[in-house]
Amino acid sequence: MEQTTKAITSLRMEHITKRFPGVLACDDISLDIGKGEVLALVGENGAGKTTLMNILMGLYHPDEGRIFINGQEVHFRTPNDAFAYGIGMVHQQYMLVPNMTVVENIALGYKQAWKVAKLDLAMVRSQIGEIAAKYSLSVDPDAFIWQLSVGEQQRVELVKTLCLGARFLILDEPTSALTPQETDDLIVLLKKMAGELSIIFISHKLQEVKDLSNKVAILRHGAVVFQGNTAEHTSSDIAALMTGHEVVLPHNDAPACVLGPMLQLKNLKVRSDRGFLALDDLSLYICKGEIVGLAGVSGNGQRELAEVINGLRKVESGSIIFDGQDITHHNPQQVIAAGMGYIPEERNTEGIVPSFSLKENFILKDNDAPQFCRHGFLNKKEINRNAEELREKFDIRSANADIAAGSLSGGNIQKVILAREISRNPKFLVAVYPTRGLDMGAAEFIHKQLLQKRNEGVGILLISEELEEITNLSDQVAVIFKGKIQKVIPSSEASRRRLGILMAGVKDDEEI
Amino acid sequence: MTKRFKVGYMAAVVVLSILAAMGIGAVILLAIGADVFKTYMVILTEPLKNKIGITEVLLRTIPLTIIALGITVAYRSGIINIGAEGQMAMGILSTTAIALLFPDLPRGVLIPFAILAGAVGGGIWGFIPGFLKAKLEVSELLSTVMLNYIAAQLYTFFLRGPMLDPAELTTGSGTPQSMRLTRNLDLTRLIPGTRIHTGIFIALALAVVIYLILWKTSFGYKMRAAGAQERAARYGGINVPRYLIIAMIISGAFAGMAGAIEIAGVHRRAIEGVTSGYGFSGIVVALFGGLHPAGIVPAAFFFGLLIYGADMTQRLVGVPANMVQVLQGIIILVIVSSKMIIANPYLMHRMEAKWQNLTGKLHKEVKA
Repeated sequence: MEQTTKAITSLRMEHITKRFPGVLACDDISLDIGKGEVLALVGENGAGKTTLMNILMGLYHPDEGRIFINGQEVHFRTPNDAFAYGIGMVHQQYMLVPNMTVVENIALGYKQAWKVAKLDLAMVRSQIGEIAAKYSLSVDPDAFIWQLSVGEQQRVELVKTLCLGARFLILDEPTSALTPQETDDLIVLLKKMAGELSIIFISHKLQEVKDLSNKVAILRHGAVVFQGNTAEHTSSDIAALMTGHEVVLPHNDAPACVLGPMLQLKNLKVRSDRGFLALDDLSLYICKGEIVGLAGVSGNGQRELAEVINGLRKVESGSIIFDGQDITHHNPQQVIAAGMGYIPEERNTEGIVPSFSLKENFILKDNDAPQFCRHGFLNKKEINRNAEELREKFDIRSANADIAAGSLSGGNIQKVILAREISRNPKFLVAVYPTRGLDMGAAEFIHKQLLQKRNEGVGILLISEELEEITNLSDQVAVIFKGKIQKVIPSSEASRRRLGILMAGVKDDEEI
Repeated sequence: MTKRFKVGYMAAVVVLSILAAMGIGAVILLAIGADVFKTYMVILTEPLKNKIGITEVLLRTIPLTIIALGITVAYRSGIINIGAEGQMAMGILSTTAIALLFPDLPRGVLIPFAILAGAVGGGIWGFIPGFLKAKLEVSELLSTVMLNYIAAQLYTFFLRGPMLDPAELTTGSGTPQSMRLTRNLDLTRLIPGTRIHTGIFIALALAVVIYLILWKTSFGYKMRAAGAQERAARYGGINVPRYLIIAMIISGAFAGMAGAIEIAGVHRRAIEGVTSGYGFSGIVVALFGGLHPAGIVPAAFFFGLLIYGADMTQRLVGVPANMVQVLQGIIILVIVSSKMIIANPYLMHRMEAKWQNLTGKLHKEVKA
C-alpha cells in the first residue's frame, strides 16, 4: 500500500461488529472523529475498547462494518496498512527494547533509515530532534531504555509513533502506569498535540477524560451507549453511563485504631535488586481493623516494602512483628501461614500463574491445606466447589473455572487474586496498586471488599499512587520518600496539596 | 461448533506438521538419491507386518516412554533436561554394579533392588545440574550436556576396566562389555521367540504414576506452578529451588530406571553404546507427546517405529539409518513451529472466520 502523507481530516467507523467465540466484542459501533479532535473512549474492562482499536489498527478484521478515511473506504489487512495511512497506536505495554538506546529503538521501525549496508542513525536522530521540537517532547536520544522512567519511556513511544509518520494517534490507557505528576505533564502535552493531530484515547480515569477530550464515547458490552461532547456532561454522569448505575466510591468513616497493633515495622533496612538501600530505617505500625494508605511516587521503596513484609526479600537490619510474632526472617510460606495476605503489584506474573486454570489459581497458597488436599492428593470436588463459590461471590466473569487465568481481563484477574486472598481469612492484607488500570465498577467492588475486611478487624496496608483512593479508604496516610516514612497523618488531615508536598520530599509540611 | 472447530484445528495442525516434516525429509531423501515413497512405506509399515517387528517396536517404546516421562517432570517444573543420555548410562552402571556384587540375591529382591539402584545412579546425575541451577543459576543446558560427556567417559572406563567381562580378556572380541549378569536379574520375556519383556508394564505403570503425581497431588501442583510461573509460585509460598532440584532428581531417576530395565530386559549385560541416543530421542518424544503421559505413550510408540523402521530401510532400500536422526531433527523444528501456530489465538480466530465463510457459502450453494 502506498505511503500517503495526506492529513487525516476525518475518520469514520460505521457499524463495526466483531464476534469472538461466545462473545460479541463489538456490536454495531459507529464513531466519527474530525481533524484536531480528541475522542475519549471509556468503558469498563472488557467493554470492547481495545478490540475496536485493534480493528482500526488492522490487527483484527471486523466481521461487519466499514472504515472511512477522508470519506474514502479503507481496508486494513495488517498494522502496516494502518501505518501507511498515518494511524499510529501507543499500546498499554510499551514495545521497546530495554538494552538499546532511544535512537536505536526508533530506528527499528523506521524503514527510510534502513540503507543497504548500514543503519542511518544520523537521519533518525535528526528526525527525532524535529519531532521533539515540534511537539516539545524532550527525549535524550542516547539514553538506554532501561535508564528511563515509565513516563519517559512513554514519551519515547510517542516520538517513535510520530517519527513513523502518524497523523492520527491511538493511545491505550496512556496514564495507567504514570505517577500523578507525569500524568499532568502528559495531559498538557497531548492538549498541545491535539492542535496538529486527531487523537483517540482509551481511559478509565474520568478526570483525564474531562481535562483532555472534546468528545466522549462510552462503550458497554461492546455497544456504544453514549456519545457526546465532553463539556456538556459531568464526571458522575459519565461514570453512571459507564457502569450502568450510579457509582459512589465508598468512603471510610469509621473510628480508627482501637484494637491494638497488628503489624509493626521497626527500623527496617532493605536493599533493592540493584544493591542500594531501598528501605532506609523505615518504621511503621498498623493496627487491627485499620487501613494505612502508603502514598508516594513509585520507586521510593513501595515494592521492596511489600516484598519484605511477605518474606520475598531479605531484611538487612530491623524487625517485623506481626500480631506479636517476630516474622523478620520468615520465608514466604511461613509468612503466609502466619496469616498474611498479599495483593501484589504484578498481577499477571506474580498474583496468578497465567497458564493455570482459575480453580488452580484459587488454591495457589492452599494446595496443602486439609480442605483441598488429603494424603497429598488434591480434592477435586472441593476445589471445583470452592472455585464456583468464589466465582459467583466475587463476580468473576469467565465462561467457567477451567479456563486459563491469564486469558481474563485485568479487572477479572484482580478479582481472582482478591477472592483468593480474602477467602483465606487473613489477619493482615498488603494491597499494592489494587485498582491500577481497573474500571470504576471493578474499583468500587474492590474498595468495598477492602473496607469490609477492615471492619472485620483485618489490618490493611494500601500502597497506591491514586491519592483519591488513599484518602477515601485509609484511616491513616503514611507518606514514603526515599525509603523512609516522611510522616503519618490522619486521613482527615491529608489534603491533596499536603500529600503532594510530603511526597516531593519536603519534611516539615506544616511550615509551608 | 467452536469447540469442534478447535479440536479439528489442533488435529489439523498436528497432521500438517507431520506431513511437513515428511515433506522436508523427502527433499533430503531425494538428494541422496533414495526412493522417497518406498522409504516412508518401509519405515511406517514394514515393522508392523509381523510379530517380531511389532514386539521390536514395543521394545524400543519402553525406554523412550520412561525417559520422556522423566523429561516431562523436569520440563513442567521449569528445567530442560538434556542429560537423560548420561543419566541413563549412570543408571546402567549402578544396576550392573549391584548385579555383579550380589548375584545370589533372589529374583524378587534383586530386580527391585537393581532397578532402584539404577534410579539412584540416574537421580544423582540429575541432582547435580538441578542443584547447580537452583543454587547458583547455572544453565541446565550447559551442565546437563557436559555431564553427558562425563557419564559417557565413566561408562567406558568402567566397562573397559573394573567391570570388563573376564571372558573378553581371553577371547578378545573387542566389545567393551560386562559379563552376562546373573539370571536372577532377567525380566521375563512375554512372548517366546521375541525379546519383548515385562518392562512394558513397568513403563505403563510409571506413566500412570507420573500423571497422578503431576496433576492429582499438591506435590505435583507445586512443581507445575514453579515451572509455569516462578514468581507466582514464590509468591504463593512454594520453595521453587527445592522443587527444581526434586524435579531433576526424578527426571534423572527415570532415565536411570530406563537404563536398568533395558539391561535387565534386553541385553542382560552392560555394553558400550547401549544407550544409543534414547536420552535424546526421549526429549523429542516428550515434546511430541505434549508433555503429558497420555500423549507420550503413543509418541514413544511412533518413535519406536521410526527407529526400528530406520534399521529396515538400511537393509531393504539402502537408506542409512542415520536418516532417522535427520528426520527427528526435522520433527523437532516442525513441532516447535507448530506449537507457535497453536499458541496464536488470533490466527485461529481468522481461520475460523474463513472456515465459517466457506461452509456458509457451501450451505447457500447447496440450498440454491
